[in-house]
Amino acid sequence: MFWLNVKRISRTGFVNFFRNGFVTLSAVLIMTITLFVLSTIVLSGALLKNTLSDIKDKVDVNVYFLPEASENAVLEVQKQIENLPEVDFVQYVSREQALEDFEFNYRNNEEILEALDELEENPLGAILNIKTKETSQYESVSIFLEQNYPVDLPESIVDNVNFNQNKEIIDKLTEIIDSGENLGTFITALFILISILITFNTIRLSMHISRNEIKVMRLVGASGSYISGPFIITGIMYGITASIITLVLLYPITYWIGPTTASFFGGLSVFEYYLKSFSEIFLIIFFSSILIGSISSFFAIKKYLREQRKG
Amino acid sequence: MIYFDKVSKIYEDGTNALLDIDLKIEPGEFVSVVGHSGAGKTTLLKLLLAEETPTQGSVYYESEDIHSLKSSQITSLRRKVGSIFQEYRLIPDKTVYENVAFAMEIAGREDEEIEADVPHALRLVGLERKMNSFPDDLSGGERQRVAIARAIVNQPDVLIADEPTGHLDPTNTYDIVQILRKINDLGTTVILTTHNKGVVDELQKRVITIENGKITRDDSGGLYSM
Repeated sequence: MFWLNVKRISRTGFVNFFRNGFVTLSAVLIMTITLFVLSTIVLSGALLKNTLSDIKDKVDVNVYFLPEASENAVLEVQKQIENLPEVDFVQYVSREQALEDFEFNYRNNEEILEALDELEENPLGAILNIKTKETSQYESVSIFLEQNYPVDLPESIVDNVNFNQNKEIIDKLTEIIDSGENLGTFITALFILISILITFNTIRLSMHISRNEIKVMRLVGASGSYISGPFIITGIMYGITASIITLVLLYPITYWIGPTTASFFGGLSVFEYYLKSFSEIFLIIFFSSILIGSISSFFAIKKYLREQRKG
Repeated sequence: MIYFDKVSKIYEDGTNALLDIDLKIEPGEFVSVVGHSGAGKTTLLKLLLAEETPTQGSVYYESEDIHSLKSSQITSLRRKVGSIFQEYRLIPDKTVYENVAFAMEIAGREDEEIEADVPHALRLVGLERKMNSFPDDLSGGERQRVAIARAIVNQPDVLIADEPTGHLDPTNTYDIVQILRKINDLGTTVILTTHNKGVVDELQKRVITIENGKITRDDSGGLYSM
């Protein structure tokens, strides 16, 4: 009997979805807008996170040695740093390589190259580029360097450690992305609430249209769940339809703005991301829509039946 | 058995719909309830269907106080008590067959049972040839017959008929009364409210007269008298 009722309730919900065309259209439209906002937030969040991870990738701690520091001494420091558990790898740049890189970087700046030529010796020291496993670990590596190779001691071979400037950039970006995510969550929550309220009222409208049918159902002894079931099914169908429309619309839209996002967000095209993460986006949109549809219908029918009992 | 035990119903606006009603209806009886508009006839039926709660007293159906039942029990009660109304209350976008089948679906009957019982109920009210018609295509008398078929298809113990002939011409009225009599002959208790003197006199069954919320006469085999 349970499955028989489920079958009948589903069938009635399905019929109501198509029968009340205008109500269906308005409910689907508002839910599509909400889901669209939700997907925009998901996609832009992914783009920002990708940008941050790109920037993080480019960040390292550079230890600049004095020109008089011997290669062996520098390699000894490299060995010690490599032994730290948080360090991913350490790249040694010799004095000669450092000069070559410097000349290459300033190849278009005549004044600097001329000044360099006037010097008899290579003025640059060796460099160690340190990469940690996590961005947050740069600080502890920096502290290790400060404690073991203080810059201000006369016998120090380290000229400079450049971590602090990068840290500020990372912190600032993380802060921007976090606030962006908070704002996104707030806007999504607001739209979901508005969507639930509008769907709630459209379902109430469809119940008003079906009031005679509801009266007859009560008259012949229908249970509360038998009366409310079809409306919840209809609400879920509004959600599923809206999610399909949103997912279909996202394809040409992301395709269209893909090249722009690729040049703006460090090579990541929103279209490629949409295709690559389709299953994840599908699940988010699909289940959010079902949730919005069923919650709105559930509360609408509950309120309607309570009012009917009082009336 | 249906038993009204000192039942009063006073609405929120102060209207005394029923006052101190004591009434017993035995299984298989045919009872006509007569009285002017606003006398309290419909309130009496609504109390029996648990659509209204009494201000005082209790209404019993087979020794159970109707108004102390849980909502799921009220649902079962309504499946035992079929009801028809003056305004038919059919679903306009369902066919005659679907309107009747709907009551069986709600009661959780299997599809095979529905396919067997609905034509039978429609045959009983003489509408077997109009199964696929919609309510808008039917006359008032035919619509009321569909409502009767829907009310009896789940084989209720009691049939409540609230002014079922109110909108009908004499021929259709006569037909509906004959159907109700036939249903009663099959063992169903029938409670009929009406203004129609001809109907009551034709039936020659128990007549309860209500005036200003009180039972003023209760005659078995009686005639219409106001």
